[in-house]
Amino acid sequence: MTEKEMQVREKQEVQQAGEPTKAERYFVPAVDIFETDEAVTVLADMPGVDKEGVEVRLEDDSLTIKGTKSGNGGKDERVLLREFESGHYLRRFTMTEVIDQAKIEATMADGVLTLKLPKVEPAKPRKIAVQGG
Amino acid sequence: MAIIRFSDRPLFRNPWVDFERMRREFDTLFQGLAGEYPGRPGTTVFPALNISEDANHLFVRAEIPGVKAADLDLSVEGDTLTISGERTTCPVDQKLSYHRREIECGRFSRAVTLPTRVNPDQVGAGFVNGVLTITLPKAEAVKPRKIAIKTQ
Repeated sequence: MTEKEMQVREKQEVQQAGEPTKAERYFVPAVDIFETDEAVTVLADMPGVDKEGVEVRLEDDSLTIKGTKSGNGGKDERVLLREFESGHYLRRFTMTEVIDQAKIEATMADGVLTLKLPKVEPAKPRKIAVQGG
Repeated sequence: MAIIRFSDRPLFRNPWVDFERMRREFDTLFQGLAGEYPGRPGTTVFPALNISEDANHLFVRAEIPGVKAADLDLSVEGDTLTISGERTTCPVDQKLSYHRREIECGRFSRAVTLPTRVNPDQVGAGFVNGVLTITLPKAEAVKPRKIAIKTQ
C-alpha cells in the first residue's frame, strides 16, 4: 500500500447557504473517519492551519470542523504558476453515534487534525435480584 | 506587470478579432500544459505547486499535509527542482471500520523546471503546518538591474 503514487486532488470549495460578508474562501478538507468499539476518529487534512486556528464544535449531533489559515505567502510577489488555491477549511458532519462530549481529544500536527470522539458507554444490563419476603 | 506587445493590438477594428481571441483562449484552456498560463490547475502529479517571484527570489509553495519534514527530499540540479517524499501516516489496522476514506498515502515525486536560473547554494526551505515553502535566490545574472538615465 505504501508503494502507491499519490495524486493531486482538486480542492472543493464549500457551498455555503448564505454568502459570507468577508471575501474569504472555504474549502472542504479531505477526511478519514473510522470507528472502533470505543471511539470515532476523524482525521482531516488542513495544511496551513496551526493549533490556534482550529475550531471544533459539537452541538447535539452536528460536528463542525473549521480551520482558519494564518498567513498566505508574500504580498509583493508575482504569480508564475498557480496549481492550488489556498483558504480556510470548513466541514460539517451529522454524527450517528452518541459522543461523550467531555472526553473529546483534538490534536493538530503537520497540517492534519486528529479528532477522537469517545462513544458514550451503553448502559450495562443489570440483573435485579428479586427478594422474597 | 503584463507585457503587451504592439503586434497584439489590431490595427483596425476587425469584427472577427473577438472570435479569434475567443478561439485562442479556448485553445489555451484545453491545452493541458501547466506552467505557462498561471491561474489554471493542470497537473495530476502530487504535490500541486504555486510558484511566484519577487525581484530577487523565486518562491515555490506546496501543501503536503501529514508528512514529517524528515520524510521530505528536496534537490536542485541546474534549473530543475525535485520534491519527493512519502506519506505514511494512514493507519493500516484492518480491524477499524471506515466510514470515509478520502486521505491518500503513498510516495510522491515531482520535478519542475524553474523559470529562471537560481543560486543553488542559498536555497532555503521551511515546512510549517504541512505547507512547504522553498525560497530560491535568483542567480546574479538574471536579477533585474536598474539603469540610470543620464540627463544633459
